[in-house]
Amino acid sequence: MSPVLVLDNLSFGWPGAPRGVLDIRSLSLAAGENLFLRGPSGCGKSTLLSAIAGMVNVGPGQIRVAGVDVGMLKGGARDRFRVEHIGMIFQVFNLVPWMSALDNVQLPCRFSAARRARAGGDPGAEAHRLLSALHLPEAAHRAPARTLSIGQQQRVAAARALIGAPELILADEPTSALDEDAKAAFADLLAAECAAAGAALLFVSHDRGLEGRFDRALDFRDLNRWIAP
Amino acid sequence: MIGVALGSLWNRRFVAALTMASIALSVALILGVERLRTEARDSFANSASGIDLIVAARGNPVQILMATVFGVGSAGPGISRDTYEMVAARPEVAWAVPMQMGDNHRGFPVIGTTDAYFTRLRHSGGQPLVFAQGVPFEEGDAAGAVVGAEVAARFGYAPGTVIVNAHGAGAVAFDVHEDAPFTITGVLERTGTAVDRMVLVSLAGFDALHAARGPVAADPFDDPLAGSGLAAPGAGEPAMPGGLAVEDDATPEGHGGHPVDHVPEAEAAQDADHAQDVDHAHEADLSAAEDHEHDPDHDMATDHAHDVSPAAGGSEGQADHGDHDHDDPEHDDHDGHDHDDHGHGAEDVPDAHAGHEHTPDLLNAVYVGLADRGAVLGLQRAFSEYRGEAISAVLPNVALLELWSITGTAETALQLMAWAVALAGITGMVVMLSATLEARRREFAILRSVGATPARVFALILIEAAVLTLGGLALGSLLLTVATLLADPILSARFGMRIGAGLAGRGELAMMGAILLAGLAAALLPALRVYRMTLADGLSPRM
Repeated sequence: MSPVLVLDNLSFGWPGAPRGVLDIRSLSLAAGENLFLRGPSGCGKSTLLSAIAGMVNVGPGQIRVAGVDVGMLKGGARDRFRVEHIGMIFQVFNLVPWMSALDNVQLPCRFSAARRARAGGDPGAEAHRLLSALHLPEAAHRAPARTLSIGQQQRVAAARALIGAPELILADEPTSALDEDAKAAFADLLAAECAAAGAALLFVSHDRGLEGRFDRALDFRDLNRWIAP
Repeated sequence: MIGVALGSLWNRRFVAALTMASIALSVALILGVERLRTEARDSFANSASGIDLIVAARGNPVQILMATVFGVGSAGPGISRDTYEMVAARPEVAWAVPMQMGDNHRGFPVIGTTDAYFTRLRHSGGQPLVFAQGVPFEEGDAAGAVVGAEVAARFGYAPGTVIVNAHGAGAVAFDVHEDAPFTITGVLERTGTAVDRMVLVSLAGFDALHAARGPVAADPFDDPLAGSGLAAPGAGEPAMPGGLAVEDDATPEGHGGHPVDHVPEAEAAQDADHAQDVDHAHEADLSAAEDHEHDPDHDMATDHAHDVSPAAGGSEGQADHGDHDHDDPEHDDHDGHDHDDHGHGAEDVPDAHAGHEHTPDLLNAVYVGLADRGAVLGLQRAFSEYRGEAISAVLPNVALLELWSITGTAETALQLMAWAVALAGITGMVVMLSATLEARRREFAILRSVGATPARVFALILIEAAVLTLGGLALGSLLLTVATLLADPILSARFGMRIGAGLAGRGELAMMGAILLAGLAAALLPALRVYRMTLADGLSPRM
């Protein structure tokens, strides 16, 4: 089975910046594998995730997700590609505040027929199932997202990333707003659900305490030569 | 996408509702101004459409048209019946209908004419006048009247109803011709023109009303008689055929003495407040002496008599009353404008008016229909050169154009105001959309992370603007319909004009389309900002 994510001599610098941000020789993530990427803030982790998600321009041949060269995609095609193959979880503010948890989870299905189809044709039921699997109380399913606690919001975000089974889940410091107990519980839940969905997980965090809960752990500074001393 | 847009708007429903309401107001205003303008023009044009020429005493064509066709303003001095004969005798003239005006019936113009009015006049593109009930009054019948649909509907008149008229054109009658009642012989079908609010009587009937005066200036304040306070005796009473038969001495309280003698105590105090001298006394007397036959108008008539009646009592009043003492037969013809003659039934007119200046032959206008419309300009010139009397022949359509050119400026100003309000409404929408953009950056970033392209986010803003504008259009139309339904009876009563709650015409649809486009165009501004924002923010907006 071909890897879900392949980085090959990835280099990126913000336009106009004196020096680059990313210079990664290689990285590969197999289907269903989960990887913990450790590193302090400001080291370019978020930029890497943006590059993988096709939010920043990288040259051709440097990033392949599910066999597709992200650098070759243009504009709208990148947005469509992203929603079809990638689920994303941010640090905070993952949800459209006025939408209910269920509606937030179903958002990718609104924009992607592929995700909708993989969700079994009934995104509502699938969203409900995922939210329950992630231990969101039934009462919170229909409440506007802004009324949920941070921990609940992150679980809703996880459900949204998972719905319709994308090949790759990108999690950018998803636990940084949670307390210690919740962090471990959330990381476990997320890893378990990704495994259940067959999705590869790239979990980026500065929190070493979570390292042991993943198949593999890497230090971003070892990976990215710009940071390396 | 529409679901997201609607949800987002619902999330901001208070501000969204306000925005929509402001757009709705401007829509109602724009469409209302337009509808009023076109309906007014249609209604006016329809009213005058069947008349080829209006012959009246020389004057401003617009004024003549307004006064004769719509009963608005002063009809000016009269023209003689000889002139009418001359007009009618012209070979080019197919029909000529004489018109007398200047009186009103509870605010509705009373027109003296012949039954040719009903057979000849056309309205709204050639439709004849149709009787909903009854028949035209008979030629020479001084007591018959035909009322327009609005008049009939307003007061519940039907053939057989007895009505009285007041002098002057105002809704507030100062001088009521209670002595000359009319019996309604027919009610006209609704036409949507000025005819709906007319009370039509025969020339003889109109003359009977005006036996004591010359042609009426149609303005109570212009009338030298209006302030004379002589309305009282007749005004207090409905027409009584036997009125004159009651001799002074025969009345219980007697009329021989001065009015002051008759002032009931209750009224004395009230009278003291009157600035003018006068005559309630007589009312009271007559009321006591005679049998009231109240018709529906009577109460109003009495009120008016009170209003105008110069103060009774007061020694200084006595001298005045000496001149005007009404019910005394001796005074009947002692002065030209003695209202007392109105106290006589119509059949008494010939006797009672001996020595009066009134010339019943005077008409206010003549409607002319031509056998061949091509002759209209030649005939107009011929009339203006007529040596018998200074007359004008007005082409209604030309006068209407002149009227529209006068009102055009005001119309344009109104339209500009309406569009300015629309601009304010749309600006409000742009402000609302723009003001929330910052707060929604995260929302847009999330939408992008789940696959929304910047174009779709751009479209989201446009959809929101479209929803707000369309909502405003729908709400505005609804508002206008409600306002129209409320205003319809008023416009109908005042101007014989019916707006109706009809569906939007093509012109209105075009305007609504223009408002929608303006809304979308204005929303491009915030939409473009969002587009740039989403591109720049990527997935991690700085919050």
